[in-house]
Amino acid sequence: MDAATWTVVRLTAELAALSTVLLLLLGTPVAWWLARTRSPFKPVLASLVAMPLVLPPSVIGFYLLLLMGPHGPVGQFTQWLGLGRLPFTFGGLVVASVVYSMPFVVQPLQQAFEAIPERTLEAAATLRAGPLDRFFSVALPLARPGLVTASVLGFAHTVGEFGVVLMIGGNIPGQTRVLSVALFEHVEAAEFDQAHRLAAGMVVFALVVLVTLYWANRPPRDERAATP
Amino acid sequence: MGQNACMSHPSLSGGVCARTATWLAAVLLMCGAAHAAEVTVAVATNFAGPLARIAEGFTAATGHTLKTSAGATGKFYSQIVAGAPFEVLIAADDETPKKLVAEGHAAAGSNFTYAIGVLVLWSAQPGFVDDQGAVLGAGKFRKLAIANPKLAPYGQAGLEVIKAKGLTDAITPKLVTAESIAQAYQFVTTGNAELGFVALSQVAVPGKPVTGSYWRVPANLYGEIRQDAVLLKPGEKSAAAAALLAYLKSPAGKAVVRAYGYGG
Repeated sequence: MDAATWTVVRLTAELAALSTVLLLLLGTPVAWWLARTRSPFKPVLASLVAMPLVLPPSVIGFYLLLLMGPHGPVGQFTQWLGLGRLPFTFGGLVVASVVYSMPFVVQPLQQAFEAIPERTLEAAATLRAGPLDRFFSVALPLARPGLVTASVLGFAHTVGEFGVVLMIGGNIPGQTRVLSVALFEHVEAAEFDQAHRLAAGMVVFALVVLVTLYWANRPPRDERAATP
Repeated sequence: MGQNACMSHPSLSGGVCARTATWLAAVLLMCGAAHAAEVTVAVATNFAGPLARIAEGFTAATGHTLKTSAGATGKFYSQIVAGAPFEVLIAADDETPKKLVAEGHAAAGSNFTYAIGVLVLWSAQPGFVDDQGAVLGAGKFRKLAIANPKLAPYGQAGLEVIKAKGLTDAITPKLVTAESIAQAYQFVTTGNAELGFVALSQVAVPGKPVTGSYWRVPANLYGEIRQDAVLLKPGEKSAAAAALLAYLKSPAGKAVVRAYGYGG
């Protein structure tokens, strides 16, 4: 692997890893709230989270470019904070990835939390476990398959992100030139050898990710199926 | 599609009611127009605006219409080699048409130069760019957008200007690479990049006021952008495709090319 390709792969992995960590930190409370709430606002928040599933990436890229630009509210806020502007930066891609991959993290977590019976948590409460204790020592371990799915999907979806990155990235080596964009450029420039290397790598990566996911989530499912 | 409508009309003519007759009239009208064919054109982004203007005159003169896809010339090359159904390529360089002819994807001898491209350094802010391009060396900007030099001749030309000015080290960290000059234009127009190298045809549209400010880069700072058009294999039997290329060479076509500031 040459230096340029290595930079692209490393940058993509860094983007996906950082985005996944942020997605889990932000997505877990959201998923927990969605799983447990009876609030009338639940459908609203659930819809907002699911929007990136429905919207074309170009819509998200277009609005992020305007919002994070010098005249957009987000852009003015980041400039006021002294952070500069987000488009064409690694930070901008992280923000975009978190928005774009949110449903892939929240939905599996929400389903996992919803599958935890209320009486399990009540039992923990009678043993004088506080709300935080109940969450960390009961809910989170029980939601392990959901956590695994959420992490893997969040990571993989960020690696696969293309349209949004193309629109706000600016294709800068070492900063925003991620795998999908590099591959696109190779194809457009008719550099099919390099394109093949990246594309084949992605196919293998996707397969490994999915096999790992199904393998990791198999035992808990079997257990659950065995206990009615 | 016109031909399909013609083939299906005998079955329609079996009906006798007035409604069928109107239908038949409509179908016959369509068949009349079928001689006026549609040309599928791949056009370099910088020439999309002028081509839309040319299409008006072309349709008025010949009855043929254009179905246009605009994009980076390099992208079209990959798509054409992969069997894209374009009949005519109006490229941003002369190498791509030559290569397509050499590789048998275009009609031999059909390539010709229809315009000489003019590069401008453009900002959406009025007064930001001076007419000597000193803004480039002053460094009072954060991002400079160029089209991908690997894919777009205008991007390559932009890099040459930066090099000719001896600013490669200073400007390289500020470069933002767009997929085509249309995206470079978009990065500048949204304010995300203060400056961008684009085509004159994008910022100086005839009959419209110039937005922002620009520097027309002297031709000696970058290699000549010879823009060639070529007849592709799928268009070899199309009279309409040949007519379009002839129209591009005609005085009427050349007038539009010049009105947009191109040389040639």
